[in-house]
Amino acid sequence: MWKPSVAYLHTQHAHDQPILDVLHLSFRYDSLTALENLTFHLHAGERVAVVGPNGAGKTTLFKIVVGVLHPTEGQVKVYGSRPDGHVCIGYVPQRSQVDWRFPVSVAEVVMMGRLAQIGLFRWPQKQDWQIVHSALETVGLVDLAKRQIGELSGGQQQRMFIARALAQEAELMLMDEPLTGLDLPAQESLLHLLGELQQRGVTIMVAIHDLQQAAQHFDRILLLNRRLIAFDIPERVLQPHILQRAYAGQLTILDGQIVIDTCCQGDKHDVRLAA
Amino acid sequence: MTFDWLLEPLRYGFMVRGLIASLLTAVVGAIIGSYMVLRGMAFFGDALAHTILPGVAIGYLVSGEKRESLFWWALGTAVLTSLGIGAISRSGRLREDTAIGIIFAGMFALGIAILSTVRSYAVDLSHFLFGDVLSVSTTTLIWMAIFSALVLIVVFLFYKEFLVISFDPVLAATLRLPVSFFTHLLLVLIAITVAISLKAVGVALMVAMLITPAATAYLLARRLWIMMLTAAGLGSFAAIVGLYLSYYFNIASGASIVLTATAIFLIVFLLHPKQGALHK
Repeated sequence: MWKPSVAYLHTQHAHDQPILDVLHLSFRYDSLTALENLTFHLHAGERVAVVGPNGAGKTTLFKIVVGVLHPTEGQVKVYGSRPDGHVCIGYVPQRSQVDWRFPVSVAEVVMMGRLAQIGLFRWPQKQDWQIVHSALETVGLVDLAKRQIGELSGGQQQRMFIARALAQEAELMLMDEPLTGLDLPAQESLLHLLGELQQRGVTIMVAIHDLQQAAQHFDRILLLNRRLIAFDIPERVLQPHILQRAYAGQLTILDGQIVIDTCCQGDKHDVRLAA
Repeated sequence: MTFDWLLEPLRYGFMVRGLIASLLTAVVGAIIGSYMVLRGMAFFGDALAHTILPGVAIGYLVSGEKRESLFWWALGTAVLTSLGIGAISRSGRLREDTAIGIIFAGMFALGIAILSTVRSYAVDLSHFLFGDVLSVSTTTLIWMAIFSALVLIVVFLFYKEFLVISFDPVLAATLRLPVSFFTHLLLVLIAITVAISLKAVGVALMVAMLITPAATAYLLARRLWIMMLTAAGLGSFAAIVGLYLSYYFNIASGASIVLTATAIFLIVFLLHPKQGALHK
């Protein structure tokens, strides 16, 4: 079922410096420990799925990598240095976190990604508009560029944020549950788009619920439940005894299928055991 | 001839000054109010307006007849309380609206307590609460104009930064924008706007000039800058119409302006072609 992509093997050899180092990272909200002693490395060009139960710390991890939250302990490095020196990290928020009635057009949102390059006291130049246009072309939204953002469908809304990260010239793209709430065709086309981004050398880290999709479309799976349970190729992560450690009571095995009851999502995700 | 009723009030200097003061309030309030509507800061704005009362009251006691200095007292108190409320909200020990509510009521009570020591308490208090635009002096008017220009220039210069921090603070952080600097700058701009609006609508009605035209424009516009210009236009219209109504029907000017703005909002809300309540 899962095949390592050629690109993955290639990039692993080509890049010796990891694009992301997470070292002994812990994060606590007051008394609640959200992340504990996480250590892992991400290589440029990889596609990584971050999976784990609700409250596993996925969003917290993303916010720390992005630089919005600061680690309680440990550190995060992007290309070997502190993340707050880099503007190459693109963040695609959960759709529920966005005010879709905000009076702003699709092109304007994508242009926001150019802010660092435009600089203070300057207005977007012709070149910036060209970059925005080509980013919209990549995600197939050129025709909708002038629409108010609330007029887009769920899949188009995700594509708009991907275009924004492209306009930002992001090398590492973090996406927080982009597939949630999309219908199947929209999910498939978004996953296909992620493949295209990988071709361009963009490193992708996606929080995702569906283990099947994680196995099919990603090079590695990072299994998280406050601690790092596993970070490996899908066939090694999707083993009952490993999944058990992350999902515990939510996980049952029926006729050789792993069933994870993500009760709060209102749906169930099955994954067939890899042999 | 037929326009005599339009020109007649303008024969009086106080009416002209009042009109200019109302227009400045309307335009600056609309532009800053657009950010407040989008960022959900209506309650903050109302609270901030009320918390300047003790500052204005002390200024009134200290300066006596020199009413010009009240603008500065209002400005100083507004900037201090705006940043103070910002700090309390960030401390995170209480919900933001709870913290604001406590400060709001406490400061307002302090202002009333101070003013109540003065003999002409009732009249003065009503001026501070509801505005007294027809008594605005030329000096105050000039300072209002200077600070209005300052606010508009800052908004123009940082338009794209304010847009990003209002729409998506996380993106702003990934772009390494100084989010906290811009958030505080916005608080200061709101404070200046409050000081500018004191004369026209007073502390109790001020939130209407910040929120109502901007909220009306929000129903109509699909771009931030269009929303701002629409709000400024609607606010100015309300200021002019309100002042004339006040002149001819002998209504308190602040209330008259706010009622006009509210009427415009209701008309748009009910008749809006797509979102109007009557079209559902």
